[in-house]
Amino acid sequence: MARIVGAVTTSHVPAIGGAIAKGRQDEPYWKPFFGAFGKARDWLARVQPDVAVVVYNDHGLQFFLDKMPTFAVGAADEYRNADEGWGLPTLPPYRGDAAFSWHLIESLVAEEFDVTSCQEVLVDHAFTVPLQLLWPGPGPCPVATVPVMVNTVQHPLPSPARCLKFGAALGRAIASWPSDARVLVLGTGGLSHQLEGPRAGFINSEFDRMCMAKIVDQPEALGGYSIPRLVELAGSQGTELLNWLVARAALGGRVSKVHSNYHVPISNTASGMMVLENA
Amino acid sequence: MNPAPGSTLFDGTQARKGYALNKMCFSFNSAANRAEFLRDEDAYCRRFGLNEAQRAAIRHRNVRELLEAGGNIYYLAKFAGIFGLDVQDIGAQQTGMTKDEFRAMLARAGK
Repeated sequence: MARIVGAVTTSHVPAIGGAIAKGRQDEPYWKPFFGAFGKARDWLARVQPDVAVVVYNDHGLQFFLDKMPTFAVGAADEYRNADEGWGLPTLPPYRGDAAFSWHLIESLVAEEFDVTSCQEVLVDHAFTVPLQLLWPGPGPCPVATVPVMVNTVQHPLPSPARCLKFGAALGRAIASWPSDARVLVLGTGGLSHQLEGPRAGFINSEFDRMCMAKIVDQPEALGGYSIPRLVELAGSQGTELLNWLVARAALGGRVSKVHSNYHVPISNTASGMMVLENA
Repeated sequence: MNPAPGSTLFDGTQARKGYALNKMCFSFNSAANRAEFLRDEDAYCRRFGLNEAQRAAIRHRNVRELLEAGGNIYYLAKFAGIFGLDVQDIGAQQTGMTKDEFRAMLARAGK
């Protein structure tokens, strides 16, 4: 059966993609962010995943408000990036694994998570930036991918508790795939930030640090937040923590923290990164 | 169900109110559509059926007015992109700061 090698959670803001495109990783503004990924890449070299399940939220590249799935799973052999409207270069396509995706979809629906299956997905920065961070360089991403999209755009959003349950089911779905694949789960986005309104620029380091501690040993404590309370504490885009919760819950049971980094700010966002593996 | 002063949850009410505006902004994923908007803004807005408040907010390039008219920040960011504005420009405009002041505020949050 397939094995989950661990999870990486990281911020995904478009400005990271811009900095990569312009080669700014070593500039003083960016170094405290990019510098943390060396250890994550060392860990990847050790655990050698061959598939990445990427849990993220689309930001209006793939989904519009005409149809907004709460949970959606890509089911294609290739995923294309595209123009998002603000000047990031369009990246080469990512390899998928449709057979694995359909296994995940069948397993999730059997566990009463009625996901939307998507045979075409345009993947946005929330999918591409974390993969670029983990596998930099001009070549194609070396692992196959599965996009798993969580709605954090249009309320009602799934609750933190629901996302933990979804992640646990996703973990069981991965582990029941008859294959010797080594699977990495990625949870992207966050941490605290708010783009809109009079509270634009809101950041809550204390809350972020608490989340990064609890997500290791007590993720269920984070499951207790309501969405309005999460918005109040983490900012309206801080709800991207939901993607982290899915990824954490996919690991199940006890985990240990291999590496983590927290740095404020990148663009308008408090950046967080964690590498977790089963204890 | 609004959680904190200064935050409006983009819920069904907002999604219905802002549908035409957000649909237009969603179209700005395409470079051809961005060029078409710049070529004839009035005609482009008419095609998407913007109401008066939405049309005025687009004309004023004013983010708070756009939000008030039902705009969703993720789609509005694509409108801002037409003018080369990023989320820090948007943040500065909404909070009445210069971009440098806004950036300094963010940097202080990390101290």
